[in-house]
Amino acid sequence: MIEVKDLIYSYVSEDGTSEEVLKNVSLNIKQGEFVAVLGHNGSGKSTFAKHLNAIFLPMGGKVYVGGIDTADESRLWDVRGKVGMVFQNPDNQIVASIVEEDVAFAPENLGIEPAEIRRRVDDALEKVGMSEYKKHSPHMLSGGQKQRVAIAGIIAMKPEIIVMDEPTAMLDPIGRREVIQTIEDLNSLYGITIVLITHNMDEAVKAQRVVVIDSGKVIMDDTARNVFKNVELLREVGLDVPQATLLAWELRKKGYNIRDDVLTVDECTEEIYKLCR
Amino acid sequence: MLKDITLGQYFPLDSPIHKIDPRFKIIFTLCYIVLIFFADSLAGYLAVALFSLSIVALSKVKFSIVLKSIKPLAVIIVFTAVINIFFTAGDTVLFEWKFLKITQEGLLNAVNMALRLVFLVIGSSLLTYTTSPIMLTDGIERLLSPFSKIGLPSHELAMMMTIALRFIPTLLEETEKIIMAQKARGADFDSGNILRRAKALIPVLVPLFISSFRRADELATAMECRCYRGGEGRTSMRQLRIGRIDWVSLLVMIIFAIVIILIHITNFKIMGY
Repeated sequence: MIEVKDLIYSYVSEDGTSEEVLKNVSLNIKQGEFVAVLGHNGSGKSTFAKHLNAIFLPMGGKVYVGGIDTADESRLWDVRGKVGMVFQNPDNQIVASIVEEDVAFAPENLGIEPAEIRRRVDDALEKVGMSEYKKHSPHMLSGGQKQRVAIAGIIAMKPEIIVMDEPTAMLDPIGRREVIQTIEDLNSLYGITIVLITHNMDEAVKAQRVVVIDSGKVIMDDTARNVFKNVELLREVGLDVPQATLLAWELRKKGYNIRDDVLTVDECTEEIYKLCR
Repeated sequence: MLKDITLGQYFPLDSPIHKIDPRFKIIFTLCYIVLIFFADSLAGYLAVALFSLSIVALSKVKFSIVLKSIKPLAVIIVFTAVINIFFTAGDTVLFEWKFLKITQEGLLNAVNMALRLVFLVIGSSLLTYTTSPIMLTDGIERLLSPFSKIGLPSHELAMMMTIALRFIPTLLEETEKIIMAQKARGADFDSGNILRRAKALIPVLVPLFISSFRRADELATAMECRCYRGGEGRTSMRQLRIGRIDWVSLLVMIIFAIVIILIHITNFKIMGY
């Protein structure tokens, strides 16, 4: 689906010095996967995301989307149509002043028949649970609702994969929960491939696969369970682990016999309950 | 608070006037404005008033709201009227005091101008009251699209209007936030003379501009990610279809135009006015 090979990218500043942000990143993303890309600020995870739909072009290495080289300018719009992108600030992604008009923006750009656009818009709004707001104006919605509209705007384009660049970073806890639930549903119910860029552990836990990026390199790439086991390594690169995992880890350190791959609060309670028996 | 303002003052009601195709409505409004200037007698104004009031009634927009739309322009209307009263040359002097002279012609002229302005404002605000901003930009885009052949960027203009409408509330909200943040740091916006107050706004405008540029940049990226590449090859979800109501309204408009022009040509007068 997406194939990243030895990707290198550096930012060149005005005085000519360049800083390498991505150093030989290689990664494959398969159809239907839900991948979380974790990393603290400045790790290069956002830069990586921007390579997936040709906003940035690799300085070294290659990025293929469904077999198309993103550096091939003649296929640029094919790549953009296949890989949808949702950004941090929902306000700066919404173009029109009516929800359904905004959702229609991408299919309109693609030159799709009006009747089909109508179908896609209704379908996309249904999938993110915003149908009842279709005639509203975006500035009257909450942050979480706006972000769901932005996601619907991408779904209406019918991409094969949606890349989300910290979609919950600017939201309140309720909005965060709404958006994460929406993302999970998109993947599990509708089979849309998701790449979630985040630094929030509790969001990363929801993914089947977690890729950890630190200073431009992939340092871990495994299931969420196997990644979060490495509490010490994650802390070294400035990342937290989910609280439940941390608690289990601390208990293990104290010599209690508890599983080292606890992820959720429920699992943790169960394990502790077992200990108490 | 600023969040609640309705832009373009659109009232989403269900009325025949709301259903008229925006292209027709824009053209009708332009015709109406031209026709007002043909009405220069009591009979003419009666016809215009009758027509305007029936449109207002049909649109279901409250009459008080329509009256309110005149308020911001009241100063201009009074000003033009006063200028006309005192500076129109005429023979039938009604009142004279030192250099001030009020003539019958001046008085008539003033009434003429004031009435025209009032009807002009009513007509044009009725357009925005009954047409959503989206429909309005859509109508303008389609009306201008024939001119794109001679280089008029009709799609770009419409896109700019859409984005402007979308971001006005967002930026207002942001301004409010910045003002509060600056006040918390001891900024004073409410005292001093005009110059001082204008100066006090600089710390508000600078961050506002910077953030607008950042927003513009992010929006441009987001639009490109949604395959935006200008107006070429673009379709639209909303198809404007000309229906019966549009032809009926066209007929009404033609009749109105004929009546006004006839009154003008025949110089038809009621009680000598």
